[in-house]
Formats: sequence, structure tokens, C-alpha cells
Amino acid sequence: MLETATADREKSVQDRRNRFGMRFGDPIFRILTLSFTILVLLILGGVIAILLEGSWPALRAFGPAFVWTASWNPVTENFGALVPLVGTIVTSIIAMLIGVPFSFGLAFFLTEICPHKIRQPIAIAIELLAAVPSIIYGIWGLFVLAPLFQHYVEPFLIATLGDVPFVGVLFQGPPIGIGILLAGLILGLMVLPFITAVMREVFLSVPPVLRESAYGLGATRWEVAWRVVLPYCRTGVVGGVMLGLGRALGETMAVTFVIGNAHRLSASLLAPGTTISSALANEFTEADGDLYTASLVALGLVLFVLTFFVLAIGKRLLLRNTKGTLA
Amino acid sequence: MLKSFGKFSRAGVLAISALVIATAAQAADISGAGATFPYPIYAKWADAYKKETGIGLNYQSIGSGGGIKQIKAKTVDFGASDAPMKGADLDSIGLAQFPMVMGAIVPVVNLPGVKPGAMKLDGKTLAEIYLGNIKKWNDPQIAALNKGVKLPDSSIAVVHRSDGSGTTFNFAYYLNAVDSNWSSVGVATSLEWPVGLGGKGNEGVSALVGQTQGAIGYVEYAYALQNKLTYTDMVNKDGKTVAPSLESIQAAAANADWSSAPGYGVILANQPGAKSWPMTAATFILVYKTQDKPERAKQVLDFFGWAYDKGGKMAEDLVYVPMPDSVVALVKKSWSDVKDSSGKPVL
Repeated sequence: MLETATADREKSVQDRRNRFGMRFGDPIFRILTLSFTILVLLILGGVIAILLEGSWPALRAFGPAFVWTASWNPVTENFGALVPLVGTIVTSIIAMLIGVPFSFGLAFFLTEICPHKIRQPIAIAIELLAAVPSIIYGIWGLFVLAPLFQHYVEPFLIATLGDVPFVGVLFQGPPIGIGILLAGLILGLMVLPFITAVMREVFLSVPPVLRESAYGLGATRWEVAWRVVLPYCRTGVVGGVMLGLGRALGETMAVTFVIGNAHRLSASLLAPGTTISSALANEFTEADGDLYTASLVALGLVLFVLTFFVLAIGKRLLLRNTKGTLA
Repeated sequence: MLKSFGKFSRAGVLAISALVIATAAQAADISGAGATFPYPIYAKWADAYKKETGIGLNYQSIGSGGGIKQIKAKTVDFGASDAPMKGADLDSIGLAQFPMVMGAIVPVVNLPGVKPGAMKLDGKTLAEIYLGNIKKWNDPQIAALNKGVKLPDSSIAVVHRSDGSGTTFNFAYYLNAVDSNWSSVGVATSLEWPVGLGGKGNEGVSALVGQTQGAIGYVEYAYALQNKLTYTDMVNKDGKTVAPSLESIQAAAANADWSSAPGYGVILANQPGAKSWPMTAATFILVYKTQDKPERAKQVLDFFGWAYDKGGKMAEDLVYVPMPDSVVALVKKSWSDVKDSSGKPVL
């Protein structure tokens, strides 16, 4: 008797709460999340509008040729985005060439080969790399790596690869230490913890039964990594790489320290160059003249478009890969 | 439509930077922004002035171009620039300009075994190095100037400023005066450099030259001393070799015609005189001629008046050269042009 009464009361409380939740809670939650989404979209739209407005004088003066003009002359006010654009892309490619294989190796070692005891400490140590502020990477690159590059690495590269046909042009010129190659290397180190963290997570998501069956069939570790683990979590891996690439494209401080900040095109990776974000960091406060300022904003717009396309391509790859896995 | 949108956004940015400045400075403090070149001496003066009067100075050394931008936007009480503004520009904005202190730009090199003052360069050679026409340290043109100095057979790593800079303006002005080839590059606070690496600020150039063997750069003399960089002597307009020093900077200033230049906009590069340092530069202060806040403007002028009268010794300690007395007298007289909105001088 008593028991049923208590149960009834509980049931009615539950009902009331449900009714309240249905009537108010859910719509409030819906409006709240919707407004967050709208706010973010508004901010994005605002950024695009401001970039367009700010760069308008430069776009009007130079037209689309702004993108492929190599000149950057504040004296004659003739500006073009080609040099920083190429610098941004080349340093990011170097960063990916270094960061992706390293991260893959690290993540595979941590999930498959490393003894269980030291797995966690190593993983934490790598993630700590991501917490190092970028300016520290820049200073370290300038004061520690650059002299090493000037005295040992670059003379070695020039002596060995400098005369090889086709590849040789990439390793020419005097060894200065500072330049596109060093900037790419620093970027590679900076994106490494991000890509590694994502790859480790997705590798852990591979069902043990898949791996164990492969080992059971006599597969080597390399075959397991390449034929089983990687195909299973291709999507996540591509996502991690895109995360790293996004960071490499936009990184500012560290690059400014070690790239040499020179607006010149050069085939050699040892030559100084500039990236869009480092050019902005260097020149924005001091840009006198409306066209100069507008051209710098236009550089920002170019970076925005570049990043957008990279992410879009990344998403497409992801979609295709997911379909591939499903089929 | 787009245009007005832009004005709003700019106003927003300015409002934010004004907020930042306002919170950084105490209510009674004078605020200024601009050139990095005189920052060490302004900081020293501000410190001494605060002890004497209780009024502090909040100076942001963001660069000459930034100083001009900030004073135009009226976010600071005064702007500071190493490149003097032209008379017409001053008039159109309504600014008064006066020189505060002088200093030297010196070439600095990083060559093992070469000590400060052991090498010398002339303007033409310096210009050809920065044009990329002289590529090696043992080039005959450098060797001819430096008999007895062991010059390596290595490439010259040219270092310049990556940001806009009054130092660059004065340096380029000098190179343009001594080498006709320089006209292809031009004279401005930022340039399209034919060769070299860029460092941000005097500090950035100092760091790059200090780090890179075989490098050459140009910095304000005080930065060369602080960072223990190897500066070189120069051959001046009269063909005499001079070392950077208080005397050689003063000598360069002595021959300049201060009274006839609008806003005292004298550029002290390549001045005649046997003892003149060829890359001497004055640095300038910008204030509005018509002041909305006359009591604040009075504080600003009081500070600079105090600096002229009592700051000379402190300037010399940091290897800046005070303005000659005759120039100070002219400047102080012209301060009667700084007025409040009713036309009454603030001083």
C-alpha cells in the first residue's frame, strides 16, 4: 500500500519534470545552441567583410594580379602577394614532410611497440611540446638551431645535394642558417605534437581483434601499421594532418624569428623568405600609406582563402576516404 | 556602405588600442608612442622625471610609423618619429614638430677576430654591399679600405630592418646621397631590399648580426654598445675616417641649418666637416598645435623642457647627443604655437 503510494508520487514528480523539460528546457536549449551557431557564423561573416573592406584599395589598384605579383615595394607602392604566398606554402610543405612521418612513427610506437610502463610518460612529454609557446620555438630556433644550421647542416647540404641535378637548385647559395628550410623545420616540430596526439587516439580506436588477427596471420609490425591500422583510421589520420597543416599555415612568431623576413623569390630553400603571417607581424604597425596598409590586409585575405581551400580539400579527402572504407 | 563600415571597424580598433593605453598608464601620466631609436633615453628621462615631479611617462616604442599613426588617431599625447614629417604634412594635420635628441647609426659586423672599430667602410662600399653588388668580405673594395685586416673569403649576410623604421629612412637617405645606384631602391621607412635578411627592430637586427657569422647590419649606436657588437669606423664626406662618438655626432649637427627647415626637419646624414659622423640622425616629437586638453599639453611640453634643460648628461651617458643650445632656444620659442581651442598658448 505504502509502497505503491511512494511509487505514484515519484512517478508524478517525474512526469512534472518531464513536462517542464518538454515545455521550457528543450526550447531554451535549442535557442541557446542556435544562437551560439549564429554568433560564430556572424563573426566569420564579419571577418570576411572587414578583410574585403580593408583590402579594397589594394584589390582595386592591383586587381587579381595582386596574387601573382612578386614585387613588394613600399617606396613605389607596388605590392603583390606572390612571395609571402609561396613562402607560406613551401614552409608548410616542409613542415608536413617532417611532421607527418615523425608523428606516424611516434604514434605507432606509442600504441604498438612501446612497453606499457613508459607509454603514458612519453605521450605526456610529447603533448607538453604543444604547450610550449611559439615564441620559445622562435628564440630557440634563432639562437640554437640557426648557428648549427649555418656551420654544419647547410654546408653539408650544399656539398652533398648542391650539385645533384634538379634537386640541386633547392640547396644553393651561402649558408646563413636562417631561411625557409629552418622555418619549415621549426614548423614541423611545432605541428608534431598535434598530429601525434590525434594519430595516437585514432590508433587506439582500432579494435584489438583486427591487430591480433593480423599478427596471428604472421604479419610484421610494418604490415600491421600500413595494411591494418592505417586503412582502418584513415579519416582520423587525415583529420590530424589537416589540424597540423592549419597550424603551420598560420603560425607567426616562430616563423618571423627564423625565416629571414625577405620579400624575394628564390629557388633555394636555404635563402631567406617570408610568409603571409610573418609579413603581417613585421609590417602592420609600421605601414604608412593607405595602399600599404590595404595590401597587408589583402595578404590576410589571401591567407584566409588559402586556409579555406586547404580545409575544404581536407574535408573532401575525408569524405572520399570514409566512403572508401564503408564500401 | 562598405566605406562607412570600414570607418566603424577602424574606430573600433582605435577604441580598443586607446583602452589598452588608458589602462596601462595611470591617469596623470603622459603618454607617447613612436620611434624605437630614442626609447632608451626617453625611458631614462621618464624615470628621473617621475622621481622629481611625480608625473610619469608611458612611452610605447612601436616604431616611427606607428608613432605617426597613433598621434594622427589622437590616442597619445605625443608621437615620436626618426624620419621628420614634411612641412606640408605637418600643416595639413596641424602638428608641431621639434627635434629632441641626436644619435648615430653605425654599421655592425660579425667577423671572427675583428674588434670594434678595427674595420672601416665608406658610404659607397656600404651601399654596394646593401645593393648586393659586393658579395664577399674579401672584395677588393673592402680590402682596399682595410689594409692589415684579415678578411675571410666568405659571403656577406646582409641584415636590414623588416619593419618600417626611421633608422632605415636615415640609413637609406645616406646611401642615396653617396651612391647614385641607390636610386633604384629609394628612400623610405620600408624598402624593397635587393638582398639580405630582415630583423624586427634594432633588437632584431642586433640579434641576427650577433648570431650570424659573416653578417653586416645597421643599428643605433647604443644598441651596438649594449649588445657588444662590432661596429666599424666610417669615411665621411670630407674623406676623413671617423669613429662613432659624442664628438663626431656633435660635429655633424654643428653644420646643419636648423632654423630654415619646416618643423626643424633636418636630416643629418652625410654632413660636411672633418669630424662629422656621416650617419647621424635626430629624432623628433610631434604634438598637436591646437589642444583639446591644454593642461595635459602643458605637462608634455614641461617634460620636454625639463629634458632639454636637465637631460643632457643622462643622454650622453647613453651615447645620445643633446640638441645644441641655439636649437633648444628656437624650439622653446616655437612652443608658443601650441594653443588651446580658444587660441591661448598652453605654456
